[in-house]
Amino acid sequence: MKEIRIHGRGGQGSVTAAELLAVAAFEDGKFSQAFPAFGVERRGAPVTAFVRLSDKPIRLRSQIYEPDYVIVQDATLVDVVDVASGAKPGGFILINTEKSPESFNLNTKATVRTLDATKVAMDIIGKPIVNTTLIGAFAGVTGEIKPESIQNAVRERFPGKVGEKNAEAIKAAYDMMEAKR
Amino acid sequence: MKNKMTVVEGSYAVAHSVKVCKPNVISAYPITPQTHIVEDLSQFVADGEIDCEYMNVESEFSAISALIGASAVGARTYSSTTSQGLALMHEALFNASGMRLPIVMTVVNRALSAPINIWNDQQDSISQRDTGWIQLYAEDVQESADMTPQIFKLAEDKDVLLPAMSCMDGFILSHVYEPVILLEQDLTDEFLPQFEPEFILDPANPMSFGAFADPTTYTEFRYRQEEAMGVALKKIETLANEFNDIYGRYYGGLVDGYMLDDAEIVVMAMGSVIGTVKDTIDMLRKDGVSVGLLKVRSFRPFPVDAVRKALKNAKIIITLDKNISVGKNEGALCTEVKACLHNTKMRIPVIGFMLGHGGRDIPMGTIVNIVDKAKAAMKTDSFIESGFADLREDL
Repeated sequence: MKEIRIHGRGGQGSVTAAELLAVAAFEDGKFSQAFPAFGVERRGAPVTAFVRLSDKPIRLRSQIYEPDYVIVQDATLVDVVDVASGAKPGGFILINTEKSPESFNLNTKATVRTLDATKVAMDIIGKPIVNTTLIGAFAGVTGEIKPESIQNAVRERFPGKVGEKNAEAIKAAYDMMEAKR
Repeated sequence: MKNKMTVVEGSYAVAHSVKVCKPNVISAYPITPQTHIVEDLSQFVADGEIDCEYMNVESEFSAISALIGASAVGARTYSSTTSQGLALMHEALFNASGMRLPIVMTVVNRALSAPINIWNDQQDSISQRDTGWIQLYAEDVQESADMTPQIFKLAEDKDVLLPAMSCMDGFILSHVYEPVILLEQDLTDEFLPQFEPEFILDPANPMSFGAFADPTTYTEFRYRQEEAMGVALKKIETLANEFNDIYGRYYGGLVDGYMLDDAEIVVMAMGSVIGTVKDTIDMLRKDGVSVGLLKVRSFRPFPVDAVRKALKNAKIIITLDKNISVGKNEGALCTEVKACLHNTKMRIPVIGFMLGHGGRDIPMGTIVNIVDKAKAAMKTDSFIESGFADLREDL
């Protein structure tokens, strides 16, 4: 089983990102589970969402304390939340930032990867909505999910032009990260 | 099976199940505390996917009152609520059961205030224990979805005619996205017959429901409710099997065992914690710990015989409760299990653990600690009184 924790701020679509990952992974033939760290929704407040992927049906219902992968949608969260908490050695922490991985002095044995997802999203989608771009990058970093499956999940959720733009951003982010895998 | 599955939110899966059960009247209060279930249902109605009267009312008290009227004229009726919303219905819940109206309600289990807390525990439905409603608890989204037609058929059975709550843990099941088979219309039509009550309010054939009963007859009305619960006990098993025949899925009838037959330590629980307990049992079994699970699906009627039978080889019993009877320092399941063992020759210690209140997470470590305590008690042949399993020492 692989466990993913997503950190974001209210309004950034962290919960949607988790749901899309679960839908895409299932299309890839895995069992999946996505749920938010249920909070009182407030725009801008730190938000956490969780995803589990497994070859077998998933029964465990607790939150995730030792994630294989961490996605950080907003680099300013690093100063507020312990995003590296419990991250497994050999795993990845993917941060949306224009900075380099080395510039984050995280106390972790997981590998830090960075991508300026905001720039990718602005260039392609025209809005600073980074959740879809980041899950495309996640697929590129980890190889856990096919980018086409994520694109399909996004097109289904957001039919029409919006879905197409997001699918394009997913592929771009995937290619950028996959090239460096 | 997997190719029939789709990844959706738990609330959506249940709303879809309600849709294929074709209720005539849905009534709900649309504002907090509420869930996506009625939001999805109102969308189905607006989109013309379901032919039903959808009543947006001004409170949960009105929601249940409207259904009492609708059910009395012969409609299949449904609502969903949670937490304080269920508490506000309390008075009318007795009217529904006393008039033997088979209203079905999904209770999305959430904590009660104060302090204000929107998260999961089971205090809301447990607090309605004595209202005369059937209460079943689901382990995962698929079971919640599948429980819906089962509970309509159970409630509307002419020998039962009791209102019924299908309980699912708030957020943990209502907001999770996971693979589920959305119930097929054709199979549901085959499984669930039309609701055709023998007695309805009808101007052409006037009669009264819930009319005055003085001391010479009131007791017998209560007795008949208890008798109907006894019938429901048998029907819950039968319906679980009938459902399995048609849909090919089974979750146990009144109770269900997991690694139970040879288990010295038996954990008993209701709802979504079951999955976490199963994973913990698999882990502990690898270390040679003799532990199993007895899942309780039906809390009302309480399956006394089934529980006694399932516990016959147990050396020690652990109950997990996401509720508390304040002043007794134990949860409702613990009290029931102790009581049902008492008038027997079985002398098995019961340790009640309360946990997961107000949304406190239940990691596997919490279950491991609980099992360790039971192991120690078994070794020293000592008793442990009930208490909280996950209190913070720093507060």
